[in-house]
Amino acid sequence: MGMTMTQKILASHAGLPSVVSGQLIEAKTDMVLGNDITAPVAIREFLKIGISDVFDKAKIALVPDHFTPNKDIKSAEQAKVMREFAREKGIINYFEVGEMGIEHALLPEKGLVVPGELVIGADSHTCTYGALGAFSTGVGSTDMAGAMATGTVWLKVPEAMRFQLTGTLRPWVSGKDVILYIIGKIGVDGALYRSMEFVGEGVASLSMDDRFTIANMAIEAGAKNGIFPVDDKTRAYVKEHGGRSFVEFTADDDAEYAETIEIDLSEIEPTVAFPHLPENTKTVREAGDVPIDQVVIGSCTNGRIGDLRAAAKVLEGKKVKVRTIIIPATQKIYLDAMAEGLIKIFIDAGAAVSTPTCGPCLGGHMGILAAGERCVATTNRNFVGRMGHPESEVYLASPAVAAASAVAGKIAQP
Amino acid sequence: MKFEGKVIKYGDNVDTDVIIPARYLNTSDEKELAKHCMEDIDKDFAGKVAPGDIMLGGKNFGCGSSREHAPIAIKASGISCVIAESFARIFYRNAINIGLPILECPEIKKAEDGDILSVDLDSGSIRNITKHEEYFSAPFPPFMQGIMQKNGLIGYIKSGLEAKNE
Repeated sequence: MGMTMTQKILASHAGLPSVVSGQLIEAKTDMVLGNDITAPVAIREFLKIGISDVFDKAKIALVPDHFTPNKDIKSAEQAKVMREFAREKGIINYFEVGEMGIEHALLPEKGLVVPGELVIGADSHTCTYGALGAFSTGVGSTDMAGAMATGTVWLKVPEAMRFQLTGTLRPWVSGKDVILYIIGKIGVDGALYRSMEFVGEGVASLSMDDRFTIANMAIEAGAKNGIFPVDDKTRAYVKEHGGRSFVEFTADDDAEYAETIEIDLSEIEPTVAFPHLPENTKTVREAGDVPIDQVVIGSCTNGRIGDLRAAAKVLEGKKVKVRTIIIPATQKIYLDAMAEGLIKIFIDAGAAVSTPTCGPCLGGHMGILAAGERCVATTNRNFVGRMGHPESEVYLASPAVAAASAVAGKIAQP
Repeated sequence: MKFEGKVIKYGDNVDTDVIIPARYLNTSDEKELAKHCMEDIDKDFAGKVAPGDIMLGGKNFGCGSSREHAPIAIKASGISCVIAESFARIFYRNAINIGLPILECPEIKKAEDGDILSVDLDSGSIRNITKHEEYFSAPFPPFMQGIMQKNGLIGYIKSGLEAKNE
């Protein structure tokens, strides 16, 4: 029986000729990731093992991005734990404030993840790198500690759901609308324990930024990973970002899928997920009159240059009606946005622009909501209390919809 | 391993943001985390939970963020075991890795808040003493039992390294 793309990557990293779904394997990791919230717990657990060195100083990435620049004294203490560990163990890929970015935008940009690799990260959105044709999945801090010590991780081989993409996106429709549409269709546990494999002629038309956004939110359908085949766009991206040489894996023709779902990209409209689950989707047309208090454009889901360009196209020459916070995901994206004049467009429109941080997405800082407030955000979760007060509300949308909503003061079509 | 305790029941899609809101993630102190466990959906939880109580969930329990602070907060609050119709995968592995017993059992929806359950982790049997019912969960595969017996992944890795060095 053939293997899916995910299964082939897992087999190669477990040193096995083949694997089947449900099999428990011990796999080698090419990159182990942590941030300022999850790494301090991982470091505490690592120290309990009682070995002095990490398995490979070049295969660990530590990124202070969640509560940084440090939002309070306790966060500063946590960031310090990670900084000192990085220094003491000689971790090569530690990125200090000033050179850091949101981890899942930063690692691909720095060429630290390439196709065919196996990446685990103590952050649920580690699944983002599936856009590059890598197997990547979120784990907890203890898994991270174990992998920092041994360079391995235990995994259960997932079965796969195949998403057969056809057609091309309409104007103002992006990867965010695609993944919200899919989650709306299959539900927040629709891909539980499974991999989501995106294939078909429709893939070629999707930009790398669109693919990152789609793979990023695979976890919001419960998936273990989301993955795209490697094509010319992937190869060009890796080359541009100085990535290492890599192995391309493709699914076998006779691979078995638990389910195949056809998605016609041309049918998808701008989409919004209403509180309090990402599956509560409506098209913007159906959204009705929803006045808002804030807009956030950024995050590991939608803080890339393509996202900022889409927002700027809407905001150019306009004024926002509600407080609007725009966060380029990395320093490079920030600089590119400046060079292209996007930052001026944002500030002229009345938006605030921040240094890279995950801040508001998880209710950390840089845009917390008060009781009763509503926010349209390009982030990934709209759970109760996610962005602040338990009685606040988050509506998930694309950068174009978020920007149009900022101008209208309510959920609006770009 | 066997447990007996009173049920505290929640619904479907209990996410890790409500298990422990991110505003408390500027610490990893387990007692501090336990104080705020579940507060956004059940502000009385920290006050009412007794050592040994069993937490029940519906589908997709523990979805969302990978924060290990979520199972840590549940364990530190005194919960002996979490049983749900299904679990989100990162929460599931985190619970095993930190040695928080966790069972997947679709029938568990029959149990209600306040019922007394007796759980046998080795056989997967869950007896509802209040309702005189028994539910079954698939027992852990041997590999995961090995992790649980070492009180989590770190103990498991340590004993593996020690065995190698002998």
